[in-house]
Amino acid sequence: MSAETPALTVAGMRKRFGALEVLKGISLTANDGDVISILGSSGSGKSTFLRCINLLETPDEGVVTVAGETIKMRSRRGGRSEPADRRQVDRIRSELGMVFQSFNLWSHLTVLENLIEAPVHVQKRPRAECVDEARALLAKVGIADKWSAYPAHLSGGQQQRAAIARALAMRPKVMLFDEPTSALDPELVGEVLRVMRALAEEGRTMLVVTHEMGFARDVSTRVMFLDQGLVEAEGSPDELFGGSTSERFRQFISKERG
Amino acid sequence: MDIDFITKTFIRLLGALPLTLSVWFLSVVLGALVAAGVTWMRVSGVRPLELFARAYVMVFRGTPLLIQLFIVYYGLASLPAVRASVFWPFLRDAFNCAVLSLALCTAGYQAEIFRGALLAVPPGQVEAARACGMSGLLMFRRVIFPIALRHALPPYSTEMISMIKATALVSLVTLWDVMSVALKIRNDTLITYLPLILAGAIYFVVNYVIGVAFLALERRLSPHLRPRPS
Repeated sequence: MSAETPALTVAGMRKRFGALEVLKGISLTANDGDVISILGSSGSGKSTFLRCINLLETPDEGVVTVAGETIKMRSRRGGRSEPADRRQVDRIRSELGMVFQSFNLWSHLTVLENLIEAPVHVQKRPRAECVDEARALLAKVGIADKWSAYPAHLSGGQQQRAAIARALAMRPKVMLFDEPTSALDPELVGEVLRVMRALAEEGRTMLVVTHEMGFARDVSTRVMFLDQGLVEAEGSPDELFGGSTSERFRQFISKERG
Repeated sequence: MDIDFITKTFIRLLGALPLTLSVWFLSVVLGALVAAGVTWMRVSGVRPLELFARAYVMVFRGTPLLIQLFIVYYGLASLPAVRASVFWPFLRDAFNCAVLSLALCTAGYQAEIFRGALLAVPPGQVEAARACGMSGLLMFRRVIFPIALRHALPPYSTEMISMIKATALVSLVTLWDVMSVALKIRNDTLITYLPLILAGAIYFVVNYVIGVAFLALERRLSPHLRPRPS
């Protein structure tokens, strides 16, 4: 990909749930290798923003472009927008690896089957190739020996690492993490963050909605702080954590540090 | 009461088992197809279809199967319009009527089982499928259906067993199933209990086999619900 084509851009995203306007026009550009941490207190719209990028929620307004390809939207009656081409949405979703707070591994499939499911059935790649790649990914996230286990038989940290491997198995252009450590016991958070840090270091493009201040400060290339549906502060970790001009951000980090 | 009479009675009852099993098998398969349609309407989000599906389930679950059977077999036959219609060659046959009414009835119950199974599919797992770029049909085939099937099996086996027992009602529309043969032997010999007990034993064994088969299927499909292997 050429240097001037960003991996992901979002322009002017708005989303309203009934009377509540959750996103009031948010824009973002992620270049290859960017690791962008998205911070904000609960209700700030950060998860909704992430979910609007791959259209798990349909944004009311806004343009999403993945590696130069813009998701085509059209207006429904009443002014709300909807995807114009379901197949394009499916294809672009397969290029965005999503990691959920609650893992969401498919419970009836083993870890290995979870990893090869979408590569085989969505991307139609040869099964043997997918299996080899899946095993390598499991080794990378440190659960190679768990390939034949069912999700219910794994710890939360192992499930989340398997879910990260499942997202990687699609060879995504951008990884989206939606509070990946928020459902974990404190002693399991570290193993997941280590995997995410390793991904950042190998140059993956990542958007991470998180409450992990350490990760945001030490690993990300950029930090975005959302407040009441708007970008309240944005910049490099040094700029923001070194003394942001935003009073709200300073309040937020002092609260998060407890 | 000698062993010879028991053997003869047993053999005569067994002779009627194929009919009992045919009525059962055809009605549950046909019923499953109807139920799939009713379930689809029920969750379609289209209001008229949804209301129709709800009404269907209400009516067929809410009225005695015997009344449904009599309406199909005796009631429809009494209407000249039905006798003049293209359906008459089908409906004049007691076997067809029995299969039809049992199928329509079990469809009401099966549709509710299917709906419950669909509702029990964790939304997060469906969302994960969407996030991977699965289209609606692929997602149904690879994620929703396999998970729902596993939820449906236990109540479904109960419904299959209920239907074996429900087939005994077809003895009242001239069919020679296990029940009607037992009643006939009782009438002919005035020996009351033995034919009924033997018939009951046959129903029990059939249901035992069905129950065990479903348990085996459940175990096979759901290793993830068992405790972690040590």
